[in-house]
Amino acid sequence: MTITAKIDLREQNPLEALQQFFAGILKLEDIAAILVPQRLPTKNTVMPTLVTDASFLGCVDPLAPAFPMNAARIASRLTRKPMGGKAAAVLRPCEIRAFIELVKLKQARREDILLISVDCLGAFQNREYSKFAGQNGTESTLRFYKNVMGGNINEMEGAEFAVACKACEYPVSENADIQIGLYGMKTGESILVKSQTEAGDHILKQLNLPETNEPSARQAAINALISQRTGYRDDMFAKTREASDSLDKMTAYFSNCVNCYNCRVACPVCYCRECVFVTDVFNHDPYQYLQWATRKGIIKMPTDTLFYHITRLAHMSTACVGCGQCSNACPNDIPLAELFRTIAHKTQKIFEYEAGRSLDEKPPLSEFREDEFKEIVGID
Amino acid sequence: MSEFEPTIVAFFCNWCTYTAADLAGTSRLSYPHNIRIIRIMCTGMVDPQYIIKAFLEGADGVLVSGCRPGDCHYINGNYKARRRIKLLREILPQFGFDQQRLRLTWIGASDGVHLSEIMRAFTAQIKALGPSQTKLKMVI
Repeated sequence: MTITAKIDLREQNPLEALQQFFAGILKLEDIAAILVPQRLPTKNTVMPTLVTDASFLGCVDPLAPAFPMNAARIASRLTRKPMGGKAAAVLRPCEIRAFIELVKLKQARREDILLISVDCLGAFQNREYSKFAGQNGTESTLRFYKNVMGGNINEMEGAEFAVACKACEYPVSENADIQIGLYGMKTGESILVKSQTEAGDHILKQLNLPETNEPSARQAAINALISQRTGYRDDMFAKTREASDSLDKMTAYFSNCVNCYNCRVACPVCYCRECVFVTDVFNHDPYQYLQWATRKGIIKMPTDTLFYHITRLAHMSTACVGCGQCSNACPNDIPLAELFRTIAHKTQKIFEYEAGRSLDEKPPLSEFREDEFKEIVGID
Repeated sequence: MSEFEPTIVAFFCNWCTYTAADLAGTSRLSYPHNIRIIRIMCTGMVDPQYIIKAFLEGADGVLVSGCRPGDCHYINGNYKARRRIKLLREILPQFGFDQQRLRLTWIGASDGVHLSEIMRAFTAQIKALGPSQTKLKMVI
Protein backbone atom coordinates (compact mmCIF):
# COMPACT_ATOMS: atom_id res chain seq x y z
CA MET A 1 0.00 0.00 0.00
CA THR A 2 1.25 3.41 -0.88
CA ILE A 3 0.97 6.21 1.58
CA THR A 4 0.66 9.69 0.14
CA ALA A 5 0.75 12.61 2.52
CA LYS A 6 1.02 16.35 2.36
CA ILE A 7 3.12 18.74 4.40
CA ASP A 8 1.96 22.34 4.52
CA LEU A 9 4.66 24.97 4.44
CA ARG A 10 5.03 27.78 6.90
CA GLU A 11 5.99 31.16 5.50
CA GLN A 12 6.43 29.51 2.08
CA ASN A 13 9.58 27.82 3.33
CA PRO A 14 10.08 24.26 2.06
CA LEU A 15 13.49 23.96 3.77
CA GLU A 16 12.00 24.28 7.23
CA ALA A 17 9.35 21.68 6.40
CA LEU A 18 12.00 19.30 5.09
CA GLN A 19 14.12 19.85 8.17
CA GLN A 20 11.22 18.88 10.41
CA PHE A 21 10.31 15.91 8.27
CA PHE A 22 13.90 14.62 8.38
CA ALA A 23 14.08 15.21 12.11
CA GLY A 24 10.90 13.14 12.48
CA ILE A 25 12.49 10.30 10.54
CA LEU A 26 15.72 10.49 12.53
CA LYS A 27 13.80 10.24 15.77
CA LEU A 28 12.26 6.93 14.71
CA GLU A 29 13.74 3.95 16.44
CA ASP A 30 14.80 2.06 13.31
CA ILE A 31 16.77 4.96 11.79
CA ALA A 32 20.19 5.53 13.33
CA ALA A 33 21.45 8.32 11.11
CA ILE A 34 20.51 10.46 8.15
CA LEU A 35 22.72 11.46 5.26
CA VAL A 36 21.50 14.82 4.08
CA PRO A 37 22.94 17.82 2.23
CA GLN A 38 23.41 20.75 4.59
CA ARG A 39 24.74 24.24 4.30
CA LEU A 40 28.02 24.23 6.17
CA PRO A 41 28.15 26.97 8.79
CA THR A 42 31.82 27.68 8.11
CA LYS A 43 31.40 28.47 4.45
CA ASN A 44 28.47 29.16 2.23
CA THR A 45 28.46 25.79 0.58
CA VAL A 46 26.30 22.68 0.64
CA MET A 47 27.77 19.26 1.35
CA PRO A 48 26.41 15.87 2.42
CA THR A 49 26.41 15.42 6.20
CA LEU A 50 25.79 12.33 8.29
CA VAL A 51 23.62 13.31 11.24
CA THR A 52 22.62 11.25 14.27
CA ASP A 53 21.27 14.05 16.46
CA ALA A 54 18.18 15.83 15.13
CA SER A 55 19.24 19.11 16.70
CA PHE A 56 21.99 19.30 14.06
CA LEU A 57 19.60 19.44 11.14
CA GLY A 58 19.26 23.23 11.21
CA CYS A 59 20.97 23.86 7.88
CA VAL A 60 19.29 21.16 5.75
CA ASP A 61 19.25 22.28 2.13
CA PRO A 62 18.61 19.60 -0.49
CA LEU A 63 17.05 22.15 -2.84
CA ALA A 64 20.10 24.34 -3.35
CA PRO A 65 21.40 24.35 -6.92
CA ALA A 66 24.70 23.07 -5.55
CA PHE A 67 25.96 19.68 -6.65
CA PRO A 68 29.54 19.46 -5.40
CA MET A 69 29.70 15.68 -5.68
CA ASN A 70 27.57 12.67 -6.50
CA ALA A 71 26.67 11.44 -3.01
CA ALA A 72 26.09 7.89 -4.29
CA ARG A 73 29.79 7.48 -3.54
CA ILE A 74 29.17 8.43 0.08
CA ALA A 75 26.13 6.17 0.32
CA SER A 76 28.28 3.35 -1.03
CA ARG A 77 30.93 3.99 1.62
CA LEU A 78 28.27 3.84 4.31
CA THR A 79 26.66 0.64 3.15
CA ARG A 80 29.36 -1.59 1.71
CA LYS A 81 29.47 -3.40 5.06
CA PRO A 82 26.86 -3.41 7.83
CA MET A 83 26.97 -0.04 9.61
CA GLY A 84 25.37 -1.19 12.83
CA GLY A 85 22.08 0.50 12.14
CA LYS A 86 19.90 1.71 9.33
CA ALA A 87 20.58 5.05 7.71
CA ALA A 88 18.28 7.26 5.71
CA ALA A 89 19.85 9.07 2.77
CA VAL A 90 18.47 12.14 1.06
CA LEU A 91 19.70 11.97 -2.51
CA ARG A 92 19.02 13.47 -5.89
CA PRO A 93 17.40 11.13 -8.45
CA CYS A 94 20.70 10.78 -10.35
CA GLU A 95 22.46 9.93 -7.10
CA ILE A 96 19.92 7.20 -6.43
CA ARG A 97 20.39 5.84 -9.93
CA ALA A 98 24.16 5.80 -9.43
CA PHE A 99 23.67 4.11 -6.07
CA ILE A 100 21.60 1.38 -7.71
CA GLU A 101 24.38 0.83 -10.23
CA LEU A 102 26.87 0.56 -7.36
CA VAL A 103 24.68 -2.00 -5.59
CA LYS A 104 24.64 -4.08 -8.76
CA LEU A 105 28.40 -3.74 -9.04
CA LYS A 106 28.69 -5.01 -5.47
CA GLN A 107 30.03 -1.71 -4.16
CA ALA A 108 27.08 -0.94 -1.90
CA ARG A 109 24.20 -2.69 -0.18
CA ARG A 110 20.58 -1.75 -0.43
CA GLU A 111 19.56 -3.43 2.86
CA ASP A 112 20.55 -0.91 5.50
CA ILE A 113 19.56 2.26 3.75
CA LEU A 114 16.31 4.12 3.33
CA LEU A 115 16.44 6.15 0.13
CA ILE A 116 14.65 9.48 0.19
CA SER A 117 14.60 11.65 -2.88
CA VAL A 118 13.40 15.19 -3.28
CA ASP A 119 12.20 16.19 -6.76
CA CYS A 120 15.30 17.55 -8.39
CA LEU A 121 15.27 21.21 -9.34
CA GLY A 122 18.62 20.98 -11.13
CA ALA A 123 21.91 22.59 -10.23
CA PHE A 124 24.64 24.92 -11.45
CA GLN A 125 28.27 24.09 -12.06
CA ASN A 126 30.33 24.49 -8.88
CA ARG A 127 31.85 27.80 -9.89
CA GLU A 128 28.53 29.26 -10.92
CA TYR A 129 26.97 28.19 -7.67
CA SER A 130 29.27 30.06 -5.34
CA LYS A 131 28.75 33.21 -7.36
CA PHE A 132 25.00 32.70 -7.31
CA ALA A 133 24.65 31.88 -3.58
CA GLY A 134 26.57 34.96 -2.49
CA GLN A 135 26.45 35.61 1.25
CA ASN A 136 22.99 34.34 2.03
CA GLY A 137 22.76 30.77 0.77
CA THR A 138 19.47 29.81 2.35
CA GLU A 139 17.74 32.82 0.93
CA SER A 140 19.21 32.07 -2.52
CA THR A 141 17.85 28.51 -2.33
CA LEU A 142 14.34 29.78 -1.66
CA ARG A 143 14.67 32.16 -4.61
CA PHE A 144 15.87 29.27 -6.74
CA TYR A 145 12.97 27.05 -5.69
CA LYS A 146 10.40 29.65 -6.67
CA ASN A 147 12.21 30.31 -9.90
CA VAL A 148 12.23 26.66 -11.02
CA MET A 149 8.69 26.06 -9.87
CA GLY A 150 7.75 29.07 -11.96
CA GLY A 151 8.99 27.16 -15.01
CA ASN A 152 12.41 28.72 -15.43
CA ILE A 153 14.64 25.66 -15.84
CA ASN A 154 17.62 26.83 -17.84
CA GLU A 155 19.02 30.02 -16.46
CA MET A 156 18.66 32.23 -13.41
CA GLU A 157 20.19 35.58 -12.54
CA GLY A 158 22.85 35.11 -15.18
CA ALA A 159 23.85 31.65 -13.95
CA GLU A 160 23.24 28.79 -16.31
CA PHE A 161 22.08 25.35 -15.18
CA ALA A 162 24.57 22.56 -15.70
CA VAL A 163 24.17 20.95 -19.12
CA ALA A 164 23.69 17.54 -17.48
CA CYS A 165 20.72 18.95 -15.54
CA LYS A 166 19.20 20.67 -18.55
CA ALA A 167 19.35 17.38 -20.44
CA CYS A 168 18.17 15.21 -17.54
CA GLU A 169 14.94 13.31 -18.10
CA TYR A 170 14.81 11.92 -14.56
CA PRO A 171 13.79 14.84 -12.31
CA VAL A 172 11.79 12.47 -10.11
CA SER A 173 13.10 9.23 -8.63
CA GLU A 174 11.03 6.11 -9.15
CA ASN A 175 13.35 4.01 -7.02
CA ALA A 176 13.43 5.97 -3.78
CA ASP A 177 11.67 4.46 -0.76
CA ILE A 178 10.18 7.85 -0.05
CA GLN A 179 9.63 10.50 -2.68
CA ILE A 180 9.22 14.12 -1.73
CA GLY A 181 7.28 15.89 -4.43
CA LEU A 182 7.56 19.53 -5.42
CA TYR A 183 6.44 19.54 -9.05
CA GLY A 184 2.71 19.95 -9.50
CA MET A 185 2.24 21.14 -5.93
CA LYS A 186 1.29 24.71 -5.13
CA THR A 187 4.56 26.61 -4.85
CA GLY A 188 5.20 27.84 -1.36
CA GLU A 189 2.11 26.14 0.03
CA SER A 190 2.73 22.43 0.36
CA ILE A 191 4.95 19.51 -0.58
CA LEU A 192 4.03 15.89 -1.18
CA VAL A 193 5.42 12.89 0.63
CA LYS A 194 4.90 9.50 -0.95
CA SER A 195 6.12 6.02 -0.10
CA GLN A 196 7.11 3.84 -3.03
CA THR A 197 8.25 0.66 -1.27
CA GLU A 198 7.37 -1.34 1.80
CA ALA A 199 10.26 0.16 3.71
CA GLY A 200 8.94 3.61 2.85
CA ASP A 201 5.43 2.63 3.95
CA HIS A 202 6.76 1.42 7.24
CA ILE A 203 8.42 4.75 7.95
CA LEU A 204 5.59 6.98 6.82
CA LYS A 205 3.09 4.99 8.88
CA GLN A 206 4.96 5.88 12.02
CA LEU A 207 5.06 9.58 11.18
CA ASN A 208 1.26 9.95 11.05
CA LEU A 209 1.20 12.68 8.42
CA PRO A 210 -2.15 13.91 7.06
CA GLU A 211 -2.91 11.67 4.08
CA THR A 212 -3.95 13.09 0.78
CA ASN A 213 -4.22 12.14 -2.89
CA GLU A 214 -1.54 12.95 -5.38
CA PRO A 215 -2.83 15.98 -7.30
CA SER A 216 -3.40 15.18 -10.95
CA ALA A 217 -1.43 18.28 -11.89
CA ARG A 218 1.70 16.60 -10.58
CA GLN A 219 2.08 13.95 -13.25
CA ALA A 220 1.24 16.50 -15.92
CA ALA A 221 3.89 18.90 -14.61
CA ILE A 222 6.48 16.12 -14.51
CA ASN A 223 5.65 14.97 -18.03
CA ALA A 224 5.91 18.50 -19.37
CA LEU A 225 9.29 18.93 -17.70
CA ILE A 226 10.58 15.62 -19.03
CA SER A 227 9.54 16.38 -22.58
CA GLN A 228 11.20 19.79 -22.41
CA ARG A 229 14.40 18.22 -21.09
CA THR A 230 14.31 15.39 -23.64
CA GLY A 231 14.11 17.97 -26.39
CA TYR A 232 17.19 19.71 -25.05
CA ARG A 233 18.92 16.35 -24.66
CA ASP A 234 18.34 15.23 -28.23
CA ASP A 235 19.58 18.55 -29.46
CA MET A 236 22.69 18.12 -27.33
CA PHE A 237 23.23 14.61 -28.70
CA ALA A 238 23.14 15.87 -32.26
CA LYS A 239 25.55 18.72 -31.54
CA THR A 240 27.96 16.48 -29.63
CA ARG A 241 27.97 13.83 -32.35
CA GLU A 242 28.74 16.49 -34.90
CA ALA A 243 31.59 17.82 -32.75
CA SER A 244 33.28 14.45 -32.29
CA ASP A 245 32.66 12.32 -35.35
CA SER A 246 36.22 11.99 -36.58
CA LEU A 247 39.63 11.47 -35.10
CA ASP A 248 40.55 15.08 -35.82
CA LYS A 249 37.47 16.40 -34.10
CA MET A 250 38.00 14.08 -31.14
CA THR A 251 41.55 15.30 -30.86
CA ALA A 252 40.28 18.83 -30.78
CA TYR A 253 37.59 17.88 -28.27
CA PHE A 254 40.13 16.55 -25.80
CA SER A 255 43.07 18.79 -26.63
CA ASN A 256 42.78 20.56 -23.25
CA CYS A 257 43.03 17.32 -21.29
CA VAL A 258 45.97 17.15 -18.91
CA ASN A 259 45.36 13.61 -17.64
CA CYS A 260 44.43 14.77 -14.16
CA TYR A 261 41.78 12.02 -14.03
CA ASN A 262 39.46 14.26 -12.01
CA CYS A 263 36.57 13.12 -14.19
CA ARG A 264 37.19 9.56 -13.14
CA VAL A 265 37.49 10.48 -9.47
CA ALA A 266 34.25 12.44 -9.62
CA CYS A 267 32.41 9.72 -11.52
CA PRO A 268 30.11 7.84 -9.16
CA VAL A 269 30.17 4.61 -11.17
CA CYS A 270 33.93 4.48 -11.84
CA TYR A 271 34.52 2.30 -8.83
CA CYS A 272 37.83 0.45 -9.43
CA ARG A 273 40.15 0.81 -6.46
CA GLU A 274 43.08 1.12 -8.82
CA CYS A 275 42.38 2.39 -12.29
CA VAL A 276 44.56 0.77 -14.94
CA PHE A 277 45.68 4.22 -16.07
CA VAL A 278 47.53 4.87 -12.82
CA THR A 279 49.20 1.46 -12.69
CA ASP A 280 52.68 0.60 -13.87
CA VAL A 281 51.24 -0.30 -17.27
CA PHE A 282 51.23 3.42 -18.00
CA ASN A 283 54.41 4.26 -16.16
CA HIS A 284 56.31 4.29 -19.44
CA ASP A 285 60.07 4.32 -19.62
CA PRO A 286 61.67 7.43 -21.08
CA TYR A 287 62.94 5.59 -24.17
CA GLN A 288 59.37 4.60 -24.94
CA TYR A 289 58.36 8.23 -25.42
CA LEU A 290 61.30 8.81 -27.73
CA GLN A 291 60.30 5.77 -29.76
CA TRP A 292 56.72 6.96 -30.09
CA ALA A 293 57.82 10.45 -31.05
CA THR A 294 60.24 9.05 -33.62
CA ARG A 295 57.56 6.97 -35.28
CA LYS A 296 55.32 9.90 -36.14
CA GLY A 297 57.72 12.80 -35.76
CA ILE A 298 55.57 14.30 -33.01
CA ILE A 299 53.49 13.18 -30.07
CA LYS A 300 51.43 15.33 -27.77
CA MET A 301 52.38 15.18 -24.11
CA PRO A 302 51.06 13.90 -21.82
CA THR A 303 50.28 10.84 -23.90
CA ASP A 304 47.35 8.44 -23.72
CA THR A 305 44.71 11.14 -23.36
CA LEU A 306 42.30 9.93 -26.00
CA PHE A 307 43.12 6.35 -25.06
CA TYR A 308 42.05 7.08 -21.50
CA HIS A 309 38.74 8.67 -22.42
CA ILE A 310 37.70 6.08 -25.00
CA THR A 311 38.65 3.28 -22.61
CA ARG A 312 36.63 4.89 -19.86
CA LEU A 313 33.69 5.09 -22.25
CA ALA A 314 34.03 1.38 -22.96
CA HIS A 315 34.36 0.53 -19.28
CA MET A 316 31.60 2.61 -17.73
CA SER A 317 29.27 4.06 -20.36
CA THR A 318 26.71 1.29 -19.79
CA ALA A 319 26.53 2.42 -16.14
CA CYS A 320 26.58 6.18 -16.81
CA VAL A 321 23.68 7.95 -15.11
CA GLY A 322 24.44 11.31 -16.69
CA CYS A 323 24.92 13.23 -13.44
CA GLY A 324 27.47 15.54 -15.05
CA GLN A 325 30.04 15.40 -12.28
CA CYS A 326 32.77 14.70 -14.86
CA SER A 327 32.19 18.12 -16.41
CA ASN A 328 31.97 19.66 -12.96
CA ALA A 329 35.36 18.24 -12.04
CA CYS A 330 37.23 19.14 -15.21
CA PRO A 331 39.74 21.94 -14.57
CA ASN A 332 39.89 22.77 -18.28
CA ASP A 333 36.19 22.87 -19.11
CA ILE A 334 36.09 19.93 -21.51
CA PRO A 335 32.42 19.17 -22.19
CA LEU A 336 32.69 15.62 -20.88
CA ALA A 337 29.14 15.10 -19.68
CA GLU A 338 27.82 15.86 -23.17
CA LEU A 339 30.04 13.25 -24.81
CA PHE A 340 29.59 10.60 -22.14
CA ARG A 341 25.83 10.94 -22.17
CA THR A 342 25.73 10.85 -25.96
CA ILE A 343 27.73 7.62 -26.10
CA ALA A 344 26.07 6.11 -23.01
CA HIS A 345 22.67 6.66 -24.54
CA LYS A 346 23.72 4.53 -27.52
CA THR A 347 25.51 1.80 -25.59
CA GLN A 348 22.72 1.38 -23.07
CA LYS A 349 20.20 1.19 -25.87
CA ILE A 350 21.91 -1.70 -27.67
CA PHE A 351 21.70 -3.79 -24.51
CA GLU A 352 18.16 -2.54 -23.72
CA TYR A 353 19.55 -1.30 -20.47
CA GLU A 354 19.06 1.88 -18.53
CA ALA A 355 21.55 2.71 -15.80
CA GLY A 356 19.86 2.97 -12.42
CA ARG A 357 16.46 1.83 -13.61
CA SER A 358 16.14 -1.41 -11.69
CA LEU A 359 18.03 -3.65 -9.31
CA ASP A 360 16.79 -6.68 -11.22
CA GLU A 361 18.58 -5.91 -14.47
CA LYS A 362 22.17 -7.10 -14.47
CA PRO A 363 24.88 -4.78 -15.81
CA PRO A 364 25.11 -5.58 -19.54
CA LEU A 365 28.75 -6.61 -19.51
CA SER A 366 28.29 -9.07 -16.68
CA GLU A 367 25.83 -11.29 -18.49
CA PHE A 368 25.07 -12.61 -21.98
CA ARG A 369 22.47 -14.54 -23.89
CA GLU A 370 23.25 -17.40 -26.15
CA ASP A 371 21.32 -16.21 -29.14
CA GLU A 372 22.08 -12.51 -29.40
CA PHE A 373 24.12 -10.29 -31.72
CA LYS A 374 24.70 -13.15 -34.13
CA GLU A 375 25.15 -10.62 -36.91
CA ILE A 376 28.46 -9.37 -35.54
CA VAL A 377 30.18 -12.77 -35.62
CA GLY A 378 32.07 -13.70 -38.75
CA ILE A 379 33.42 -12.03 -41.86
CA ASP A 380 30.91 -11.46 -44.58
CA MET B 1 53.15 3.97 -55.29
CA SER B 2 53.23 0.48 -53.85
CA GLU B 3 50.03 -1.22 -52.80
CA PHE B 4 48.71 -0.43 -49.33
CA GLU B 5 49.65 -3.19 -46.90
CA PRO B 6 47.44 -3.02 -43.83
CA THR B 7 48.48 -3.86 -40.29
CA ILE B 8 46.03 -6.20 -38.63
CA VAL B 9 46.19 -7.12 -34.97
CA ALA B 10 44.59 -10.47 -34.17
CA PHE B 11 43.74 -11.73 -30.70
CA PHE B 12 43.50 -15.52 -30.90
CA CYS B 13 42.37 -17.70 -28.06
CA ASN B 14 44.81 -20.37 -27.00
CA TRP B 15 42.39 -23.26 -27.19
CA CYS B 16 40.68 -22.91 -30.54
CA THR B 17 41.75 -20.26 -33.01
CA TYR B 18 45.42 -20.26 -32.06
CA THR B 19 45.44 -24.04 -32.38
CA ALA B 20 43.77 -23.64 -35.75
CA ALA B 21 46.55 -21.26 -36.76
CA ASP B 22 49.07 -23.91 -35.68
CA LEU B 23 47.22 -26.46 -37.74
CA ALA B 24 47.21 -24.13 -40.72
CA GLY B 25 50.98 -23.86 -40.33
CA THR B 26 51.63 -27.57 -40.06
CA SER B 27 49.30 -28.13 -42.98
CA ARG B 28 51.42 -25.67 -45.00
CA LEU B 29 48.49 -23.36 -45.61
CA SER B 30 49.46 -19.76 -46.13
CA TYR B 31 47.78 -16.59 -44.98
CA PRO B 32 48.59 -12.91 -45.49
CA HIS B 33 51.58 -11.60 -43.57
CA ASN B 34 49.61 -8.50 -42.58
CA ILE B 35 48.25 -10.25 -39.55
CA ARG B 36 50.05 -9.99 -36.20
CA ILE B 37 48.78 -12.69 -33.93
CA ILE B 38 48.59 -12.15 -30.19
CA ARG B 39 47.93 -15.33 -28.29
CA ILE B 40 45.58 -14.97 -25.34
CA MET B 41 44.02 -17.53 -23.06
CA CYS B 42 40.43 -16.65 -23.91
CA THR B 43 38.61 -14.01 -25.95
CA GLY B 44 36.73 -13.28 -22.74
CA MET B 45 39.91 -11.61 -21.41
CA VAL B 46 40.22 -9.11 -24.23
CA ASP B 47 39.59 -5.87 -22.40
CA PRO B 48 38.20 -3.16 -24.68
CA GLN B 49 41.32 -1.14 -23.93
CA TYR B 50 43.52 -3.59 -25.86
CA ILE B 51 41.46 -3.03 -28.96
CA ILE B 52 41.30 0.73 -28.48
CA LYS B 53 45.07 0.83 -27.99
CA ALA B 54 45.62 -1.16 -31.18
CA PHE B 55 43.48 1.26 -33.17
CA LEU B 56 45.02 4.37 -31.67
CA GLU B 57 48.49 3.02 -32.36
CA GLY B 58 47.67 2.70 -36.02
CA ALA B 59 46.22 -0.78 -36.56
CA ASP B 60 44.08 -0.83 -39.70
CA GLY B 61 42.00 -3.71 -38.42
CA VAL B 62 41.52 -5.80 -35.32
CA LEU B 63 40.34 -9.39 -35.37
CA VAL B 64 39.25 -11.19 -32.23
CA SER B 65 38.77 -14.90 -32.65
CA GLY B 66 37.84 -17.61 -30.20
CA CYS B 67 36.05 -20.90 -29.78
CA ARG B 68 32.73 -21.77 -31.34
CA PRO B 69 29.62 -21.55 -29.13
CA GLY B 70 29.69 -24.25 -26.50
CA ASP B 71 33.39 -24.98 -27.03
CA CYS B 72 34.87 -22.28 -24.79
CA HIS B 73 37.51 -23.76 -22.50
CA TYR B 74 36.25 -21.39 -19.80
CA ILE B 75 32.58 -22.19 -20.52
CA ASN B 76 31.35 -18.80 -21.73
CA GLY B 77 34.24 -16.41 -22.42
CA ASN B 78 33.35 -16.20 -26.09
CA TYR B 79 29.84 -14.97 -25.31
CA LYS B 80 31.23 -12.29 -23.04
CA ALA B 81 33.64 -11.26 -25.77
CA ARG B 82 30.72 -10.90 -28.16
CA ARG B 83 29.07 -8.34 -25.87
CA ARG B 84 32.28 -6.34 -25.61
CA ILE B 85 32.79 -6.34 -29.35
CA LYS B 86 29.20 -5.26 -29.79
CA LEU B 87 29.86 -2.42 -27.34
CA LEU B 88 33.01 -1.28 -29.14
CA ARG B 89 31.38 -1.50 -32.53
CA GLU B 90 28.91 1.01 -31.16
CA ILE B 91 31.49 3.36 -29.60
CA LEU B 92 34.28 3.42 -32.20
CA PRO B 93 32.26 4.54 -35.25
CA GLN B 94 31.33 7.68 -33.30
CA PHE B 95 34.98 8.68 -33.55
CA GLY B 96 35.34 7.91 -37.21
CA PHE B 97 36.54 4.30 -37.09
CA ASP B 98 34.69 2.11 -39.55
CA GLN B 99 32.79 -0.67 -37.79
CA GLN B 100 34.17 -3.12 -40.36
CA ARG B 101 37.65 -2.68 -38.98
CA LEU B 102 36.77 -4.60 -35.82
CA ARG B 103 35.63 -8.18 -36.32
CA LEU B 104 34.86 -11.19 -34.19
CA THR B 105 34.99 -14.74 -35.51
CA TRP B 106 34.69 -18.16 -33.99
CA ILE B 107 37.10 -20.71 -35.42
CA GLY B 108 37.43 -24.25 -34.03
CA ALA B 109 40.79 -25.93 -33.39
CA SER B 110 40.40 -28.20 -36.40
CA ASP B 111 39.45 -25.40 -38.80
CA GLY B 112 42.90 -24.52 -40.19
CA VAL B 113 41.48 -24.13 -43.68
CA HIS B 114 38.66 -21.89 -42.50
CA LEU B 115 41.18 -19.79 -40.59
CA SER B 116 43.34 -19.07 -43.58
CA GLU B 117 40.25 -18.19 -45.61
CA ILE B 118 39.05 -15.78 -42.92
CA MET B 119 42.45 -14.11 -42.70
CA ARG B 120 42.57 -13.67 -46.47
CA ALA B 121 39.03 -12.27 -46.60
CA PHE B 122 39.59 -9.86 -43.71
CA THR B 123 42.86 -8.60 -45.14
CA ALA B 124 41.19 -8.00 -48.49
CA GLN B 125 38.37 -6.09 -46.80
CA ILE B 126 40.77 -3.87 -44.87
CA LYS B 127 42.78 -3.23 -48.02
CA ALA B 128 39.60 -2.06 -49.67
CA LEU B 129 38.83 0.24 -46.73
CA GLY B 130 42.25 1.87 -46.98
CA PRO B 131 44.59 2.98 -44.20
CA SER B 132 43.24 3.92 -40.81
CA GLN B 133 43.29 7.60 -39.95
CA THR B 134 45.50 6.99 -36.91
CA LYS B 135 48.34 5.65 -39.00
CA LEU B 136 50.14 8.84 -39.77
CA LYS B 137 48.47 11.44 -37.65
CA MET B 138 49.36 12.53 -34.18
CA VAL B 139 46.95 10.97 -31.72
CA ILE B 140 46.56 12.78 -28.45
